[in-house]
Amino acid sequence: MSTIASPPRPETGELAVLAKFPAGSITPQEGLDQPTWIVRREILAELARELRDNPATRFDLMLDLGGVDFPDRTPRFDAVYHLYSIPRAARLRLKVPVDDTDPLPSLIPVWKACNWFERELYDMFGLTIEGHPNMRRILCHEGFEGHALRKDYDAARRWILTEDKIYQPHFDLPNDEDDLFERMTVNIGPSHPAMHGTFRLMAVLDGETIVASDVEIGYLHRCFEKMSETHNWQQVIPYTDRLNYCSSFINNVGYCRTVEQLLGVEVPPKAVWARTILSEFSRIMDHCVCNGTTMVDSGGLTNFWYMFQPREEIYGLLESCCGARLTVSYGRIGGLAQDLPPDFMERCRHLLAIIPPFVDDVERLVEKNRIWIDRSVGVAAISGEEAVNWGWTGPCLRASGVPYDVRRAHPYDLYDTVDWDVPVLYGGDVYDRFRIRMLEIRESLKIIRQLLDRGIPEGGHITSDPHVALPPKEACYNQMEAMIYHFKLIMDGIQVPEGECYSMVEGANGELGFYAISDGSSKPYRLKCRPPCFPIFSTFSRLIQGGSLSDAIVSLGGLNVIAGELER
Amino acid sequence: MSALPSSTGGAAPFDSTRIEQDEGFRRRPNAADAGKWQGLANHPKVTRPYRPRVAERLYLPLVGGLLVTLRHFVRNLFGKLPTIQYPEERRNYSHRFRGHHILTTRPDGSVRCVACYLCAQACPAECIHIEAAEHPDVNIEKYPVVYEIDMLRCIFCGYCVDACPEEAIIMSNNYDMAYFHRDQTIAGKAELMKPFTFDENLLGYRPRYPEEDAKRAKMRREAFNLVEAARQAKAKEEAARAAAV
Repeated sequence: MSTIASPPRPETGELAVLAKFPAGSITPQEGLDQPTWIVRREILAELARELRDNPATRFDLMLDLGGVDFPDRTPRFDAVYHLYSIPRAARLRLKVPVDDTDPLPSLIPVWKACNWFERELYDMFGLTIEGHPNMRRILCHEGFEGHALRKDYDAARRWILTEDKIYQPHFDLPNDEDDLFERMTVNIGPSHPAMHGTFRLMAVLDGETIVASDVEIGYLHRCFEKMSETHNWQQVIPYTDRLNYCSSFINNVGYCRTVEQLLGVEVPPKAVWARTILSEFSRIMDHCVCNGTTMVDSGGLTNFWYMFQPREEIYGLLESCCGARLTVSYGRIGGLAQDLPPDFMERCRHLLAIIPPFVDDVERLVEKNRIWIDRSVGVAAISGEEAVNWGWTGPCLRASGVPYDVRRAHPYDLYDTVDWDVPVLYGGDVYDRFRIRMLEIRESLKIIRQLLDRGIPEGGHITSDPHVALPPKEACYNQMEAMIYHFKLIMDGIQVPEGECYSMVEGANGELGFYAISDGSSKPYRLKCRPPCFPIFSTFSRLIQGGSLSDAIVSLGGLNVIAGELER
Repeated sequence: MSALPSSTGGAAPFDSTRIEQDEGFRRRPNAADAGKWQGLANHPKVTRPYRPRVAERLYLPLVGGLLVTLRHFVRNLFGKLPTIQYPEERRNYSHRFRGHHILTTRPDGSVRCVACYLCAQACPAECIHIEAAEHPDVNIEKYPVVYEIDMLRCIFCGYCVDACPEEAIIMSNNYDMAYFHRDQTIAGKAELMKPFTFDENLLGYRPRYPEEDAKRAKMRREAFNLVEAARQAKAKEEAARAAAV
């Protein structure tokens, strides 16, 4: 089974839009993995609106915005927008060459998802955005100087960051001055159990109702993207484990698929099969954690135990495969790190037998339970249209009625060969987000069952291309040639040909994308991760506005925001 | 507006905004549905929250929930609990577990490492520090005078084991590492070569597993066969050439 993505779809709609703009302002770039336009910044705002509203294009989802630094080029930077059209299942990449002196127009009026992404662009590259309401750093501390992802920023530099410069909350307060003295500002987090460890929420309360709020993130920021520029392609895999650490194997797969696409390497069927199964187990695990902790946040500890038991057992499976429970590092470019354990089938069958009773128990406990219904139905509700505009993907989006699932829309691995459903609910609230995860657990089990019935495919667990995968140890000890390849791969790393690509998988909380640019060397020139919960969490302030403070806690749990991935 | 807590909250559980039953339950988007999902207008603008039935409003399903917890209670009372009483009990890990590192030794007890720096090069966390020196035995060339792993930096990814061409560094099953001082966290040669870690049951991630010995023997045989075949082919060729001359 090839992992090479399908070629770009015909772009008739795009051509119609292209014709509307003056010649020379948009230059399509050929020969890439997806349609790419180089756009002059003067027309960007107009073009974005056109792309969203034109019925022939309908790019309703702004997936990702990142920058690329080319120090020797004028203009020096590229702002790269990844757009997606849910109804057309089409993708488009916009590259806007820009210097740090000329401002980019803010695209928040078109896609609200741009809000935090533009702040990140400013934070990491120092690009200024015109018309942004809150143009401040987002991931780095306020006292940080310089812009970390610029090529001339030294990755080994250290900073002492103190309280002198501290994030000042930015509230969107309604303009009725009479009430001001009644209001109270409450700070929750970052070290607060309900804030899942690292988020800081500042809320202006009127009684118990949240009038306005602001969140500060970045307490777990370690600039994964800069670190991947200083390590070779293979060494990035342990770093991807730490993105969404509740389902780290899916991150491995997402990253490896990106590099495999750049390399054009064929992954052996056994690895593809195992990747699909273990990704689904990871998804189950992630949903178990999310639903369990949501219930804890709202006071239902029992469900937490019932949900964590299957998770423990899945950790056992992962540990028997690769030797680690949480940060697995099991994926390798071209396949898997090790062969599957001899008892893989039995362990999977055992898991298939024990997971459904726990899921049933939790459903019986809470699904029809009025205490939980009162806490969650209608809380933090968002309509599908709004959610798409905010850049949502994954279970949270499907709970709002939009059936977008990468596994269905752009099937990878073995997802198009098995029979499964995309669960869709229409409530858009915490209750439906909870329920859709339960449904997805069942769908994942269905996928795994079908794959297990096919049996383990023959062949190796990793590609035999000696330029990509380490030769087997035995060959390394006994054959000169294998030994040379072994040394060469470790010392020089995998040489990835020049190019760029964006590749995505369905992570446990949405579309997890990696945009990789290679300059032909052994290290990524730029690796941009599209974290699914970043745009989701940017909505949080808006979601909890008007609700009570306790609802804010429940809705944070329901969004499944993972700090490691949010803050990278 | 009063300063008293307003009781409105976010949840308005039984209001009239709930329009329809959730017909989308387990709905699968297919070709026939494609028309429904075209264009922005078809993302639902109004959400349709779950509408509880009468029984749910009367808290009746709570009885079912209590039965579930009762069943678990009885089962846990008389059955085995999944809790592991650490440190008296320990979790059984597989023999692939990536724990504390071990530097293996030669039969004479000297370190097997030849200080080739591959592990230090492969380490994503850059936590291995090696200083090499000439080995008195010319067949071995080098050995590490200093071999240190910073256990606070180490992420236990196993890349060093993958990289080692000598099976000189492997991992153990030992996962409970605790230290009183930071300087204890840097494991030197003495720490890494502690003999008690060589118990077969305590070994973790390593290139050689007992159950794979058969496979490895087969591979070795094949490798030798290959060399043998090449040698024979060469000999034959030379014989043919000699005959031709």
